[in-house]
Amino acid sequence: MTGTRPRVTIPQVSAETVEDSNDAPAGERDRVPVRPLRRTRRRRVVAGVAGALSEHLDVDVLWVRIAFTVLAGLGGAGLLVYGLLWMFTELDSGDERSGTDENPKQRQQSLGLVALAFGLFAAFVALSGQSASWFMVPLAVGLGGVALVWREADEAQRRRWRDGARSGVTEVVGGGRGVTMRLVAGLVLTCGGAALLIYQSPTLDHVPTVLIAVLATLVGVVVLTVPWWLRLVRELDEQRRATVRTREREEIAAHLHDSVLQTLALIQKHAEDGREVVRLARGQERQLRTWLYGPTGYRRGGRPTGHAANTMLSEAIAVACGDVEDAFAVAVQHVVVGDCATDERLTALVQAAREAIVNSAKHSGVEQVSVYAEVEETAVTVFVRDRGSGFDADAVPEDRHGLADSINGRMRRNGGRVRLRTAPGEGTEVQLEMPRVAHRPQQDADAPAQRGETS
Amino acid sequence: MTSADNDDTGGTPRRPVRVFLVDDHALFRTGVRAELDSTTAGSTAQIVVVGEAGSIGEAVAGIARHQPDVVLLDVHMPDGGGAELLRRVRRAHPEVVFLALSVSDAAEDVIAVIRAGARGYVTKTISGQELAGAVLRVADGDPVFSPRLAGFVLDAFSDRKGATPVSDPELDLLTPRERDVLRLLARGYAYKEIASELFISVKTVETHVSSVLRKTQLSNRYELSRWATDRRLV
Repeated sequence: MTGTRPRVTIPQVSAETVEDSNDAPAGERDRVPVRPLRRTRRRRVVAGVAGALSEHLDVDVLWVRIAFTVLAGLGGAGLLVYGLLWMFTELDSGDERSGTDENPKQRQQSLGLVALAFGLFAAFVALSGQSASWFMVPLAVGLGGVALVWREADEAQRRRWRDGARSGVTEVVGGGRGVTMRLVAGLVLTCGGAALLIYQSPTLDHVPTVLIAVLATLVGVVVLTVPWWLRLVRELDEQRRATVRTREREEIAAHLHDSVLQTLALIQKHAEDGREVVRLARGQERQLRTWLYGPTGYRRGGRPTGHAANTMLSEAIAVACGDVEDAFAVAVQHVVVGDCATDERLTALVQAAREAIVNSAKHSGVEQVSVYAEVEETAVTVFVRDRGSGFDADAVPEDRHGLADSINGRMRRNGGRVRLRTAPGEGTEVQLEMPRVAHRPQQDADAPAQRGETS
Repeated sequence: MTSADNDDTGGTPRRPVRVFLVDDHALFRTGVRAELDSTTAGSTAQIVVVGEAGSIGEAVAGIARHQPDVVLLDVHMPDGGGAELLRRVRRAHPEVVFLALSVSDAAEDVIAVIRAGARGYVTKTISGQELAGAVLRVADGDPVFSPRLAGFVLDAFSDRKGATPVSDPELDLLTPRERDVLRLLARGYAYKEIASELFISVKTVETHVSSVLRKTQLSNRYELSRWATDRRLV
């Protein structure tokens, strides 16, 4: 099987993810999406940072904890990193679902590691010289207090998710006596740590004690309230997004009502008339498509692009095709390659093309017309083709002016050419070619003026 | 069901083409299944729908289980769309051929799914008969270009002012003949009509289109992806 289809074995190249696709071993495992860095409560010993990292990096949680412990021994870097990650990592809101909980053994293990981390840090401080070790005790006390308060903030966040969205800072203290006790304990510990720090400080004797006290208090308050500041910022962001979403939803609802619902009502009325139903559905489809994907469409953010003043050729052709689709209940498929602004000549070209499409719709007897337009440096070419009955070009009666006047005349007057290919039973193809004004040397002078007029 | 795969000698038209449908609209799947199952040559069915899926996850599992010849997949789906599915299953199943089906016709979607490895692209408004024809064609290893896709590719490879310089002429340029074929495709010509128009065989037309498909998938011309996102109109 594979031998007969060599073409399908070409390497996969996707526009966006060339790098991504190369690192996976060929066809072995499906790529697991990388989990965002989110702290989960169920794997928490202190704050869940190690658990979050292990899931994000796809490493066993024990290794993450050991790394933190070792880093803590190196001048307390591990403690600092842990604290920062705690601050800036969001809590996972899908928290309460069941999952792999930590077993008691892992829990004991990690508590031991936490103790070891602090021990290592203390040892580091002690070994690094007597002069630096004076702040050990106050720092440990202060950090303990901060950890207690932050942990309480996490709990408050979780309660909020559980109870529904209540916002504001007030409910933080509304969690019962245990919570209040823990918060107070944290505050006392932090303040105590700060006080001890000031009291024991050997180097700050010459600075006024009041100033130091004020500074220490300020730092303490800032550190303690970090979780609430962060939450405030996140909530503001969330609210802004919610407003945008609401506005968008209203816009969509209004549009659906104006167009789609009306069309559906019309379709129900005309249920017996198949042709009419097709016509309505086609028109609505085109309108919705323009709304969704068009130049000023919904998916483009609704911003009109720079060409709004001058109609582009592709738009003009799309409009012409749409008109004929609506009027004659045929499907007109159009493809435009390249694009340019329309001027007088190109407008004439589009009108001639429209006439050709109408002819096909009226006389070919088939319900599909293909339109192809190509914009080149020197000329624009349009092909209108159907696979219908065709006709004998020489035998067209004199009173049929469509082809002679509307198409031939219009094209000739503007310097264009018409070629007709048809025979009875062979379908019809009208080829229209119009030179582009801007590229004819003798008319270069008035080209800008013409472009201005058409707006 | 899977044991039947082993005796496949490739290209024998007698064995029905096994198709797997991926689309998040159940109603649409039902419709396509009915249309494809009714495609017969004489008394034997040419196409059998072996399974369907409504999400990327189901599709990955279903394709692995059924080992279809052709996967018909929707460009737009909630969890990533056709391009995402292609990314996830193409390596594991290089022998499976993908044909993209879409209502959107937006250039970036179409180009993305082709670049991800689909061998063809058709719009959902295509008639049942045409769809069956397209399925049989991709099953034979030939690409299927709708007129619109041909237009997109022509546009993407065109040399406009400010276009990125060609770094690999082999991949970044279309030959004049390929251009001719694409133009006729965009004008709504069938392969047979193109062949007689250009005085070449249908097989040669298919070769040209295959070559264009390969270039569309492999060309690293920056223009190609940027063009698709820049393009304002469908």
